[in-house]
Amino acid sequence: MSKSKQVVIEKKKTGRANKSEDDKEKQGVVEVFIMGKSYRVPAGLTIMKALEYAGYRFIRGCGCRAGFCGACSTVYRIEDEQKLGFDLACQKLVEDKMYLVQLPFVPAAKAVYDINKLEPSDSVLLTYYPEIARCVSCNTCTKSCPQDIEVMKYIQSAIRGDIAKCAEISFDCIQCGLCAMRCPADIKHYHVAQLARRIRGKYLDPKSKNLAKRLKEIEERKFDEEIEKLMKMDKKEIMELYRNRKIEAEESVIAGGD
Amino acid sequence: MKIINGYPDYMMESIERVEEKRERNMKEPVKPMSLKDREEILSKYHPDYMEGTRRKVRVGVDKGKLMYNGIVDLLEAKPVVDPKDIDLGKIDYDVDILIIGGGGAGTVAALFAYESGVPRDRILIVTKLRHGDANSMMAQGGIQAADRPEDSPVLHYLDIYGGGHFTNKPELARALALDAPGIIRWHEELGVMYDRQDDGEFLELSGGGTCRNRLHSCKDYSGMELMRNIRDRARNLQIPVLEFCPVVELLMDDKGQVAGGVAFNLETYEYYVIRAKATILATGGSGRLHLSNYPTTNHYGATGDGLVMAYHVGANLLDLDTIQIHPTGDAYPEAIVGVLSTEKIRGLGAIPVNKNGDPFVFPLEPRDVESAALIRECKEGRGIVTPTGMPGVWLDTPMIEIIHGEGTIQSQLSGEVRKFKRFGIDITKYPILVYPTLHYQNGGVEINEKTETRVPGLFAAGEVTGGVHGKNRLMGNSLLDYNVFGRRAGIYAAKYAKKAKIGKLTLSHLEKYSRMLEEANIRPTKTAPILLPEYRGEMAISRSLDIF
Ligand SMILES: Cc1cc2nc3c(=O)[nH]c(=O)nc-3n(C[C@H](O)[C@H](O)[C@H](O)COP(=O)(O)OP(=O)(O)OC[C@H]3O[C@@H](n4cnc5c(N)ncnc54)[C@H](O)[C@@H]3O)c2cc1C
Ligand code: SF4
Ligand code: SF4
Ligand code: FES
Repeated sequence: MSKSKQVVIEKKKTGRANKSEDDKEKQGVVEVFIMGKSYRVPAGLTIMKALEYAGYRFIRGCGCRAGFCGACSTVYRIEDEQKLGFDLACQKLVEDKMYLVQLPFVPAAKAVYDINKLEPSDSVLLTYYPEIARCVSCNTCTKSCPQDIEVMKYIQSAIRGDIAKCAEISFDCIQCGLCAMRCPADIKHYHVAQLARRIRGKYLDPKSKNLAKRLKEIEERKFDEEIEKLMKMDKKEIMELYRNRKIEAEESVIAGGD
Repeated sequence: MKIINGYPDYMMESIERVEEKRERNMKEPVKPMSLKDREEILSKYHPDYMEGTRRKVRVGVDKGKLMYNGIVDLLEAKPVVDPKDIDLGKIDYDVDILIIGGGGAGTVAALFAYESGVPRDRILIVTKLRHGDANSMMAQGGIQAADRPEDSPVLHYLDIYGGGHFTNKPELARALALDAPGIIRWHEELGVMYDRQDDGEFLELSGGGTCRNRLHSCKDYSGMELMRNIRDRARNLQIPVLEFCPVVELLMDDKGQVAGGVAFNLETYEYYVIRAKATILATGGSGRLHLSNYPTTNHYGATGDGLVMAYHVGANLLDLDTIQIHPTGDAYPEAIVGVLSTEKIRGLGAIPVNKNGDPFVFPLEPRDVESAALIRECKEGRGIVTPTGMPGVWLDTPMIEIIHGEGTIQSQLSGEVRKFKRFGIDITKYPILVYPTLHYQNGGVEINEKTETRVPGLFAAGEVTGGVHGKNRLMGNSLLDYNVFGRRAGIYAAKYAKKAKIGKLTLSHLEKYSRMLEEANIRPTKTAPILLPEYRGEMAISRSLDIF
């Protein structure tokens, strides 16, 4: 992009001086081939940061930068080896003599459905994605998955009509599409899995009774008055109330958060 | 330098001290700080309280208000679009509702605009990267909703308001607490796979600042599971989405309403004029501005564009004098510096310890206090410095399995396990190195309960807004925020669009803004919004020519 003169260098070096060229020498330099073209970059960078170091500015092929979005699928090969590797550019480190290309888009078709209207039967996945029946059990999908998911296994579950299992095994899928790009049977694994998980969440998992009760109370406006009172309370009083509230977690050990 | 178990030998030596003291550390936990101690540590070590991190903005509706330097820089920059370059005579897209941002808030807004009767082809989502490339996709921990009998929306309200240091807009905090259970029900209907107990009740965790356990999660991929479902619904409805076309400025009409936007195709450099009866701003946060030089957990497109565009049309901003730094960003290995390690790790019992293996802070202090404690430990020389110069302290993950049993880490934190395994680190056996990272934009464009901004025709929802969380957001409340206010934005914008009459389109507000800059004696050299951060190597940039 030509308008990129505005520079916001990634400032990730809190509390330290900028890394000098010197340091980089010490850490070592590797040679990578970005779509065949040679660049020398510091070792220890992810493929994503190495491309940037070399002067590439991402538009496609970069989303979360943390392994959650599947935007940065990358295919690579190390010189003198035959095997192709599949990984995420934001997660995988560069290696010496690595040939790299990104696959920022996957043209796999997604079925269109209305989750509220479909019948959650054993054959529903086959109805929307009949091609799963063509799986030849080559396991290529599993081998291409950067999340190490047992992709073939969840497709087999889908064929058997075991929706819950398909949903469970595929849960960590970031929908990068590498499996679909490699499958000889043109199966769209991640779309199949998406449908399986939605069916499981909507129809198969048991529902919360507490939630239903709470919704009824809210509808009956049970809490309106009390919240109103808090909203009108003077600052000192509400601060007192806040400070003295009982904290459940101090009694139990399980806790979560962002 | 030898690498053992994924760590350089000198770091491994420090880990040995952590292991020796582990049993003692678990038996003798550090007590929470008193309010006075909290204040003291914040004033010395948290950027919100330190000198030099913020300054007063000199232009626009909020003139004189204190904000982070990086945000003031954007507001005092030249609008990136020169109105002379844009032909408003040709309208490329003419819709009822323009939604700017294809993350959580934007997509939820689209779904509810559709439910409110706006036909799908009268809705347009315009987004910077792909649909779903957003902070919403990255959330790990979960979402709050008071649905257990021992909990109530009243207590949730109290937590939100107290957590925000009593600076939130009360009506927004109320909406957040009261709408929450309905949102969880909507998710169930979409098919979200929440973690549940055998009887179907949700497995609900606690977290910093909540008085009841009310965090609903989907393993440590909560945000992804929500976003996947919401996006799949939008895709099934075939709601139009324009990808890789960030909106660069809002359009107005001669009656002073916001009337759409100008989008920029990142790949062809063309612009598109989008006319809309109602416009919903859902551009998310600004972690990629690296305020106060922090690394960040945010996605690539989080550059605060929405703040700038809204400010140019005269919307006001709240609470941008605070930022949320998350105590446990990754500090090692270099490849993942700044990436989040979820609060759930501490929630499950892991304790931060220094290079000598000694604990120094109660693990579940509010985020700002916990962060300040980590920063102090490092500034005073008790942190570990990585081979690339990044400081950090240990978060002793193996404690989790001592408390909850073997297998807990794999089942509860599979994303974290996977992340570290790539670098040869087994977090069930060895601690991880952490340092605070820029996580969340507490404030933003002021909205009311109907998600209206002060400019007619402009609605806003999600991380781009201000007032919901006041000066500090609690964990699990921003996934909730984008659902609650995304929904409201869709509904109220649909209502507005039914009646709105758009006049003659104009970009004169940009000329006016430029004049204001001049009058304030500001001579900007940069332009805003910036759309994407610049991470190219310094060497490559220094040799680049602007001739192509
Ligand atoms: C790593 C991480 C973990 C988190 N964990 C939790 C958690 O456990 N619980 C919780 O409650 N919250 C959590 N949060 C916070 C929460 O995820 C976000 O605050 C929330 O999802 C924001 O939703 P949003 O829709 O407002 O913004 P986003 O989801 O960020 O969406 C904004 C969208 O707008 C697009 N956009 C930006 N600028 C433009 C433009 N100019 N034109 C067009 N499009 C544009 C972006 O590309 C993006 O797609 C976490 C955040 C991060 C980063
Ligand atoms: S790659 Fe395709 S054919 Fe091979 S195992 Fe996977 S789904 Fe089956
Ligand atoms: S299952 Fe397929 S789409 Fe999902 S993460 Fe693995 S390779 Fe990517
Ligand atoms: S950029 Fe999102 S997975 Fe790599």
